[in-house]
Amino acid sequence: MVLSELDRELIAEIQGGLPLVARPYAAIANRLGMTEETLMARLRELQSDGLIKRMGVVVKHRALGYQANAMVVWDIPDEDVERVGALLAAETCVTLCYQRPRRLPQWPYNLFCMIHGRERNAVLRRLAQIVEFHGLQQLPHSVLFSGRSFKQRGAHYVAREDSLPRSAHG
Amino acid sequence: MDSVDCKIVNQLQEGLPVCARPFDDVAAQLDIPVDELLARLQRLLDDKLLSRFGPMYNAESMGGALSLCAMQVPPDRFDAVAAQVNAFAEVAHNYERDHLLNMWFVIATEHPAQAVAVISDIEQQTGCRVYDMPKQEEFFIGLKLAV
Repeated sequence: MVLSELDRELIAEIQGGLPLVARPYAAIANRLGMTEETLMARLRELQSDGLIKRMGVVVKHRALGYQANAMVVWDIPDEDVERVGALLAAETCVTLCYQRPRRLPQWPYNLFCMIHGRERNAVLRRLAQIVEFHGLQQLPHSVLFSGRSFKQRGAHYVAREDSLPRSAHG
Repeated sequence: MDSVDCKIVNQLQEGLPVCARPFDDVAAQLDIPVDELLARLQRLLDDKLLSRFGPMYNAESMGGALSLCAMQVPPDRFDAVAAQVNAFAEVAHNYERDHLLNMWFVIATEHPAQAVAVISDIEQQTGCRVYDMPKQEEFFIGLKLAV
């Protein structure tokens, strides 16, 4: 799918966030000089084509009390990644699960998942249960807790300085 | 955050509908007035409990690039290197993690070629090698974080 110039303007307009008003799509449409109907139709197309996953919130895990944020990484035989990835992703405490390339010799791990919890021991206990339940004891894995967080914002794909509200830089 | 705030966050993690008055639908589901919903959302954003309310893009389908990168930064230079890395607009977030590879950040760019350039600039400025690990496959996550 090819993005039109109008699509790019639309994406730039909303990437920092939707206006918090009763008719947010009408407000955006107004700024872009199109009708609310046209804008909503295009947004639905962008969603059905998978360019936009959904309109939603990005929560700040730490501010919400999820202080322990563990990146759990696994070295899984390539032919088994699909199976283990699906198992991990189905666990309710796992919020992201990706296959990524190894960077040998420094980095032998090819499956990454995030587990958020209110404190480290709870995360480690949960991980131990997952390993036990799915019989993953033989698979090398490592837990990388996060220390300081330096920057946390939504990703911007289209640069347009004048359309970025202050909340986008938080 | 009170219990109403928690319900709002949980509900909106599922997504806001694309219709003329989307907040009315959400407010009705939560059984609160729409004005209260909007006011609470504004406060959650102002208090930085939510970082953003809007579209979740699929970077790759838009032709862009999103990559997780890691570096091994000498501990005595950690803060200086963090400042150098965070100065790049393309760096979306950055965490210190307890591993030999101790700095982990995400690079988001409109085109894959820009990511290559940013990585090269970061390596040049910091003198640290960047290990980039773009996702090869994403496994479907059913439930969201319950708050």
